[in-house]
Amino acid sequence: MSGAVSETPLLSIRDLSVAFTQGPQETLAVDRVSFDIAKGETVALVGESGSGKSVTALSVLKLLPYPAASHPTGQIIYGGKDLLSASDDELRKARGNEISMIFQEPMTSLNPLHTIEKQIGEVLKLHRGMGENAARARTLELMNQVGIRDPEKRLSSYPHQLSGGQRQRVMIAMALANEPNLLIADEPTTALDVTVQAQILELLARLRKENGMSMLFITHDLGIVRKVADRVCVMTGGRIVESGPTKEIFENPQHAYTRHLLAAEPKGEPPALDTSAETVIKGDDVKVWFPVKKGFLRRTVDHVKGVDGVDITVRAGQTLGVVGESGSGKTTLGLALSRMISSKGEIRYRGENIDTRSFREMRPLRREMQIVFQDPYGSLSPRMSVAEIIQEGLKIHEPGLSATERDRVVVDVLQEVGLKPETRFRYPHEFSGGQRQRIAIARAMVLKPRFVMLDEPTSALDMSVQAQVVDLLRDLQKRHNLAYLFISHDLKVVKALANEVIVMRAGKVVEAGPAEQIFNHPKTDYTRALMAAAFDIEAVPGGVVAD
Amino acid sequence: MSEFQVEAEVEKVRDQAQRGWLSPINKRRWESFKANRRGYWSLWIFLILFVLSLFAEFIANDKPVLASYKGEILVPALVDYPEEKFGGFLAVTDYRDPFIQEEINANGWMIWPPIRYSYRTVNSEIPEAAPAKPSWLYDEETRCQRYSGGVEDPRCTMGNWNWLGTDDQARDVLARVIYGFRISVLFGLILTAASAVIGVTAGAVQGYFGGWTDLLFQRFIEIWSSIPVLYLILIIAAVLPPGFFILLGIMLLFSWVAFVGVVRAEFLRARNFEYVSAARALGVPNRTIMFRHLLPNAMVATLTFLPFILNGSITTLTSLDFLGFGLPPGSPSLGELLRQGQRNLNAPWLGITGFLSLSIMLSLLIFIGEAVRDAFDPRKTFK
Repeated sequence: MSGAVSETPLLSIRDLSVAFTQGPQETLAVDRVSFDIAKGETVALVGESGSGKSVTALSVLKLLPYPAASHPTGQIIYGGKDLLSASDDELRKARGNEISMIFQEPMTSLNPLHTIEKQIGEVLKLHRGMGENAARARTLELMNQVGIRDPEKRLSSYPHQLSGGQRQRVMIAMALANEPNLLIADEPTTALDVTVQAQILELLARLRKENGMSMLFITHDLGIVRKVADRVCVMTGGRIVESGPTKEIFENPQHAYTRHLLAAEPKGEPPALDTSAETVIKGDDVKVWFPVKKGFLRRTVDHVKGVDGVDITVRAGQTLGVVGESGSGKTTLGLALSRMISSKGEIRYRGENIDTRSFREMRPLRREMQIVFQDPYGSLSPRMSVAEIIQEGLKIHEPGLSATERDRVVVDVLQEVGLKPETRFRYPHEFSGGQRQRIAIARAMVLKPRFVMLDEPTSALDMSVQAQVVDLLRDLQKRHNLAYLFISHDLKVVKALANEVIVMRAGKVVEAGPAEQIFNHPKTDYTRALMAAAFDIEAVPGGVVAD
Repeated sequence: MSEFQVEAEVEKVRDQAQRGWLSPINKRRWESFKANRRGYWSLWIFLILFVLSLFAEFIANDKPVLASYKGEILVPALVDYPEEKFGGFLAVTDYRDPFIQEEINANGWMIWPPIRYSYRTVNSEIPEAAPAKPSWLYDEETRCQRYSGGVEDPRCTMGNWNWLGTDDQARDVLARVIYGFRISVLFGLILTAASAVIGVTAGAVQGYFGGWTDLLFQRFIEIWSSIPVLYLILIIAAVLPPGFFILLGIMLLFSWVAFVGVVRAEFLRARNFEYVSAARALGVPNRTIMFRHLLPNAMVATLTFLPFILNGSITTLTSLDFLGFGLPPGSPSLGELLRQGQRNLNAPWLGITGFLSLSIMLSLLIFIGEAVRDAFDPRKTFK
């Protein structure tokens, strides 16, 4: 936590503004922001999406799309020079050499066509002028340092052959290759599983100590901030509203927005467990196996077992939480239960066997079984207005309604999910992420379903919005006695919603039971590791969770 | 809230929400289209030319547009009156006949179109052997020498000029260009529209269902598109009398393939979008999903392709006409004009007219196509 704070700051940002020009409009994304980063210090920029934190970080290395972006005011002083007025050559020397950066999405920030060796080696050759052999030796050393096992074997791997966590490690190795003085980490763990997130954060903390570098850490997750940062700057609407040592900010927040952020964690208790409630959906030994085909005749030689023999019961008015790391088969299980993909094993909906029904035969049941997807940006058709999106299901399942009646139903459901009815002629792109997710929920609720599969409905949302969506879901459940299948890797949200939990790993159920029991007295190592990573952001010794 | 109130509110909100008849995204596209000045002007020029050519019968015709004969209003441009009506003996009236003209003028009046030739009218009063030069290259004396009254003859007027000369069968070139332009553009438009419908449907089905449907269809298309179209048309032309619709049909058999690739790719990409899964989870039938959710994605690629397919169709028709395997002899066609230009190098107005009209038409369409592509490019920004 502590960093040796020296007198002159390493990087000093003074009155930085960033404006974007689109057509005749000019929008100010960052408004006169100032902060310093001392040598060896970690500064966190915290804020919700759209607060300008990433834009601030990107302007340090002038990586914004100029000339659409511009800096009306400000200076970024590094090593006595203003980076904003530096020439391209000077900037190139700083980029990747003295200041380097890791990005959010390890999937897309590595070039899929080059091997790991080539990608790490490139930085070394470019800035250090290293030869083939020297670069290889340094690459191996770096890979060891970031904790990639068997680095010799991995040298010739391509990014798609690595897991998300390993890719992020490669990104970190690239960023560290030239022993930078400052590392800018832009939400480096957001795309990763909680368990992997804990490992990566631990790695970053260790490397920082070993190399004595400073870090600018951008995140929306306050839990992480508390863990890694020496100082915090809270950003909203392009301004820094509060900054100070981490401990002070967390214990004694001054600004209303900071208090709002701190209070934003999903709260509340799920309804009490009632095992006598009507069983809405019941799966017995559900299996989803994807065939692996080989050879000229494409014979099935093996199976990838997405879901491998899961027993599951979802009751009316109750929420069953499904947790696990990515790739553990949570979503596949949900899709199989709602018969969106084919599966083996018996599935009963209100006592009726539905696993043999065809897609067409399922249609009448679709209105009672709804799905809310993870990404509110992807799940709404960009070319349909909100009213059209919500009406789509109504038109199929209640063709008798007149246009006026349908419109009234839409107005009602929008009010129910907390949106203004006047907005129904707008298009999805005019709404924020949280509002979009409310629209997606409205689309599901308008059909008065009994069973709703919620596939990570909060993970693409900001923390404070998550809390609101969780409240909304709980409220709707109480009012309509809904059965939820809640799929999430975010245990905090699961804790606030689910009264029964199953923990999945590699397609199998590791542990199942009432939520209280699982959260308070986890029985298996795997569940304990998940809990530690989620609630305390602590990595567990290797072997228990996947890397 | 009572029903009445709700309805009132709905109306109020609708007024605000529907900003004009274009959705915001289409408005932005229209702005981008207009920002490409060349394409925007091309569109207007093309539209004016096309609309004018649609009314070719009222611009270049060997019949008056309107006539009054013995108190009766006649529309010779649209209705065929037998010549008996005016004291002649032919089944169809030849209004260019000086006798008929005198007869009508004596008993009423008639209004001629600006060019008094149709595409197949033979001008028997040209001053020299066909092909004759454009009329403005002759002095008045020469121009009128074949008319019975010489310079004084009322028929020796601007309306009887051959503005672009005549071809080797003494037909007015300008009239043939106007009719030829119309037939080329109509052929191109019909062929493109029909291929788009078939191609987009085929691509959509393949992309959406994937798997075996896709595999079989793709192999079929590979075989189908390797058939040499030009030779096939030559063979068919030897058996069937080639006409507008037979040519259209044969070319349609092969031209739809061009759309399949792009549309299939778009559907393959978009069928896994979350909003498509969401629609499927709502129980929306496949047909509706393809039409409402996926087609708009593929439309951008298709629209970008359209102008180029349109140009291709026109060029193919022209080249067939040039080779003599296209439209039946006597039809107004730009390809035939080019062939005449090639055969009569001593009459450069034929070749030059054919070249200019074709290249202007194709350039206009390509410029429009470029602007359309700009308009649908989401990354394009304009100051």
